Amino acid sequence: MSYIKKSPWLVHYDGSSCNGCDIEVLACLTPLYDVERFGIVNTGNPKHADIFLVTGGVNNQNLPVVRQIYEQIPDPKVVIAVGACACTGGVFHDCYNMIGGMDKAIPVDVYVPGCAARPEAIIDGVVKGLAVLEEKQKALAVPVRDSRALRESELEPGVAINQSQEAGK
Amino acid sequence: MGKNTIVPFGPQHPVLPEPVHLDLELQDEKVVKAVPSIGYVHRGLEKLVEKRGFQEYVYVAERVCGICSFGHGWGYSKAVEGLMEIEVPKRAQYLRTIWHELSRLHSHLLWAGLGADGLGFESLFMQSWRLRETILDMIEQTTGGRVIFSVCKVGGVRRDISDADLKDIVSRLGKMKKDIDGLVSLFLEDETIHARLKGVGTVTLQEAKELGCVGPTARGSGLAQDYRLGDEGGAYKELGFTPVLETDGDCFARAKVRLREIYQSVDLIKACVENIPAGDIAVPVKGFPPAAEYFARVEQPRGEALYYVKGNKTKNLERFRLRTPTNANLAVLVKMLQGCDLADVPQIILTIDPCISCCER
Repeated sequence: MSYIKKSPWLVHYDGSSCNGCDIEVLACLTPLYDVERFGIVNTGNPKHADIFLVTGGVNNQNLPVVRQIYEQIPDPKVVIAVGACACTGGVFHDCYNMIGGMDKAIPVDVYVPGCAARPEAIIDGVVKGLAVLEEKQKALAVPVRDSRALRESELEPGVAINQSQEAGK
Repeated sequence: MGKNTIVPFGPQHPVLPEPVHLDLELQDEKVVKAVPSIGYVHRGLEKLVEKRGFQEYVYVAERVCGICSFGHGWGYSKAVEGLMEIEVPKRAQYLRTIWHELSRLHSHLLWAGLGADGLGFESLFMQSWRLRETILDMIEQTTGGRVIFSVCKVGGVRRDISDADLKDIVSRLGKMKKDIDGLVSLFLEDETIHARLKGVGTVTLQEAKELGCVGPTARGSGLAQDYRLGDEGGAYKELGFTPVLETDGDCFARAKVRLREIYQSVDLIKACVENIPAGDIAVPVKGFPPAAEYFARVEQPRGEALYYVKGNKTKNLERFRLRTPTNANLAVLVKMLQGCDLADVPQIILTIDPCISCCER
């Protein structure tokens, strides 16, 4: 089990897709593909999730919902656009109410093509997403020495107050 | 008696694979009123007929919904064939019936899994979806796709199924029977499932008629309504067909209808393979649709879907309209939710087998 350092939790949302990619996302969890054996869990709560699996080309009514779920996921987070519609708008790219592609709504890290995206492709996308997640985690983490310096710099104003109080006496 | 509270349900909810929003007005734990609001998956694909040619549009029609994709492609083709007075070859009708029943099998197994998941019966969910993969294998073997088949076209089908493959399907369905028996007996005999589903969300025959239910939701209340009975396309009339009926009208009855339909679909596929005639699989389509209208109907896994087309002597149709089964069943869902417990809401929603992307198109 040295391939993956982390078992990510997923939140899945249908951003105006035809449902085809969504059932393939669920198929990844079930016995033939079974990603749950790696501890990858499909959670319903965005605040528990690391990876946002999102399908569809997003219509105007769904846009605020997609953004809200994205904002609720704590950093670091990875967004995986599943299926042709989420990548580019797909067959619905010129429909009157579709914004045409997930990256017009939220920042996307990994694109999984296919109509409908096959479970193998989705799993591959999640593996790629894990590498992105690791990088983001590194970028977010503050090194130990820096954090000590940060603490000292925070202390300075307090120290200054003490000195001024002493000077007042 | 407490004050009324409104609990929002959805659009993102763990039991829903698709977004739909319900405002549940509660009095303590009882639901007094449920107000659905839809539109999260509306793509406006009826309007797309103005941009795509009438033969090209079949692939858009298939993407109305990823679960009943074949049925939608068939329904659209059937409506255009009716409009242009095209006679589809017999073999194509049989092939369409086989694919349609395979997609019904995978849809009902998918529903059984989601229903079990909604109850918290995780292992049953996994078992149903494991069985479903066998069906998807057969679909992939004969069409090349798992979800979107792309085998239906105006005037027939794109691919033939060889005799060897037909025999293979029958033998694999035969081997599956033991697994299906296990799944069905677990569903029908398990005490927890009885406790959660029996007597919940009851619809009487009268209500089902008045509210215009379709599909397994109607048949669970004893309304013998199945469009396969009056089908003018496909092979159902020749094969003989009696709809599955249950009379209790509760969640358990609806589940039972779907589980019994699994066996029925297996039998229909076997009968199709035995009786399939040799011959062409498609006829050439010449010219453009005339300036006229046509209605066609198809019994989808979720109920009767209605297709309306209007031509105008050009490459593009003037209007395409689709009424899907979930659309018809939403009215009865609101009725079922009145007076139920908050904890029963997920099951009641799941037993009408909602397909929101069909519903909103």
